[in-house]
Amino acid sequence: MVSIAAFAIISLAGFGFFAWNMLKIRSNIRLGRDLDRSDNSGERWKTMTLVALGQKKMFTRPIPALLHFAIYAAFVITQIELIEIVVDGLSGSHRVFREALGGFYTFMVSFIEILSLLALVATVIFLSRRNLLKLPRLNMKEMKGWPKMDANLILFMEIVLVCCIFTMNGADEVLYNRGISHAADLGEGSLGFSLSSYLGPFIFGDMNDGTLHTLERIGWWGHIAMVFAFLNYLPYSKHLHILFAFPNTYYSNLEAKGRLTNMESVTTEVKLMMDPTADPFAAPAEGAAEPQRFGAKDATDLTWKNLMDSYSCTECGRCTSSCPANITGKLLSPRKIMMDTRDRIEEIGNNVRKHGKDHDDGKSLLGDYITEEEIWACTSCNACVQECPVNIDPLSIIVDLRRYLVMEESKMPTELTGMLTNIENNGAPWQFSPADRLNWKDEA
Amino acid sequence: MSLHVPTMAEKMAAGESPEILFWVGCSGSFDDRAKKITKALVKILNECKVDFAVLGTEENCTGDPAKRAGNEFTFQMQAMMNIQVLEGYEVKKIVTACPHCFNTLKNEYPELGGSYEVIHHTQLIQELINQGKLALKDGGTFKGKKITFHDPCYLGRANDVYDAPRSLIEKLDAEMVEMKRCKTKGLCCGAGGAQMFKEAEKGNKEINVERTEDALETKADVIATGCPFCNTMMTDGVKNFNKENEIEVLDVAELIANAADL
Repeated sequence: MVSIAAFAIISLAGFGFFAWNMLKIRSNIRLGRDLDRSDNSGERWKTMTLVALGQKKMFTRPIPALLHFAIYAAFVITQIELIEIVVDGLSGSHRVFREALGGFYTFMVSFIEILSLLALVATVIFLSRRNLLKLPRLNMKEMKGWPKMDANLILFMEIVLVCCIFTMNGADEVLYNRGISHAADLGEGSLGFSLSSYLGPFIFGDMNDGTLHTLERIGWWGHIAMVFAFLNYLPYSKHLHILFAFPNTYYSNLEAKGRLTNMESVTTEVKLMMDPTADPFAAPAEGAAEPQRFGAKDATDLTWKNLMDSYSCTECGRCTSSCPANITGKLLSPRKIMMDTRDRIEEIGNNVRKHGKDHDDGKSLLGDYITEEEIWACTSCNACVQECPVNIDPLSIIVDLRRYLVMEESKMPTELTGMLTNIENNGAPWQFSPADRLNWKDEA
Repeated sequence: MSLHVPTMAEKMAAGESPEILFWVGCSGSFDDRAKKITKALVKILNECKVDFAVLGTEENCTGDPAKRAGNEFTFQMQAMMNIQVLEGYEVKKIVTACPHCFNTLKNEYPELGGSYEVIHHTQLIQELINQGKLALKDGGTFKGKKITFHDPCYLGRANDVYDAPRSLIEKLDAEMVEMKRCKTKGLCCGAGGAQMFKEAEKGNKEINVERTEDALETKADVIATGCPFCNTMMTDGVKNFNKENEIEVLDVAELIANAADL
């Protein structure tokens, strides 16, 4: 009875705190500007299925993709066992699905065990390539400190989780062999799981009944405790991608990657400029909305999708490792753009909750987090967008930051001022006369 | 052979409306190297008797570099002026030899009121060959040579056109070799996003040098590309390694015009 109550309280607290944190993230994302991505649901479901569920884009790098898939598959399938744990925890039963599912239960847990072992191997490889092999993309400047710790913590938790599963099943196996497991006796002398039926007797075979019962409980409680710890760690971690990959790919940009958004507010202005009948001194229409800032200076000037992107980033660095600017030693790192955006919107969100909506902390995304040097290094080549396994678009943030600099502050590299002046004066980015445009026709 | 290059104005005066507008672009009009690409394409169009015209002095920058530099005002001013001209001539279909013009006309003009069928010149040439309008000579200049293709970002990743230029190179009597970074993984030449018009930020290498290394590794005799900016960047890259006597940088249109003996 005590353990049922304890379980109920832990579950409630675990889910409650998680939900509270997720609502905070949701409200942070809603601080962004509007963007309509409600169209084309068929194509969106398809994209989500292929890219998030099927991990299509991961497989351009097959080895990490396979290792990642092992952890992903183990994680997804283990949820079935987790349902059993919750039912057992709340009802006081033990392996409640075993009697009901029979042979399928044995198959299912066996499958989970094999996937868990593969996940364990993958986790160890991931830890070693991060910390021993020091893979460049996982050890860049922006990964120092908390991001590195974050990644290692997640991998460590995964190891603990898998160890708990095998302790639970292994100890239970020995108990079952001795006829004293709490599992319903189906009379085979073994629980029959693929790995623990060998591992269990091998590791725990010599222990006494009391120790085994304790170990089985440690495995069981450890498993569920880790699950809740993990769940509640997600909102603080880059690991949130396991959830956000789905909405983020659903709301992907479905247009050609080369198309930059059209700025409606500018269209209105330009149409006025080109309209000979327009009154240049006319007062704005009654009730007209206050004009928005051109481009983005702070995270709240970005769209909600940019902000969702930032929460979906798991800092894998595929973007940065394919960025021509980064490859050639420039400051720009698309991953850092995403990490900065997330850190800044978190900060703004906390400020809003503490001090109200109009609080100004005197900081901004551009300047305090991202420098001008970074955004001017971008070639808009879309390699980062192409590479991202969860369809994050760092380029649209870079372009919006440039728009702010150029249109609000007239700040840009001097050569670009010349280029823009040329376009405005003679219709070409270079200083050539428009009258000479067809001269090539008659040149030898 | 003299080039036949009618303008839209001349066509209109004669009461004709051409099937397709050749959008030459600023590079193709003013840059000495890119003008050769323009002429190669015109030779192909003339040979195949394509009913085309250019805007000539009525053409204006699409606004691509302005938009990418963050100046939406300049971009939209350019776009709207161009759209007025294009609408005036009732243009339906546009071909261009510049992936930046291609992308902007195709993807960014419709929202401002200019919707056209826009194709890249490699797609048009592919069509002409498939229709049997253009025959390549056997053997030819490229016999036994290795050719590698550098994907322009605004043709490849930006618009998913990877096959048209490759299918043209495969029609030559030459060996097509891929660089280690190609197609969706192709490395930028360093000129996109208005970088063409400014010095690069501080780093440890120029992007075009990094990319030229990819090309040199293939031991190709020719670096083919489909963008005047990429052409400039790769040509400079080759010069950086003092290899201009060993490896040529050519547009796909030039390769085809050469192979068709035009």
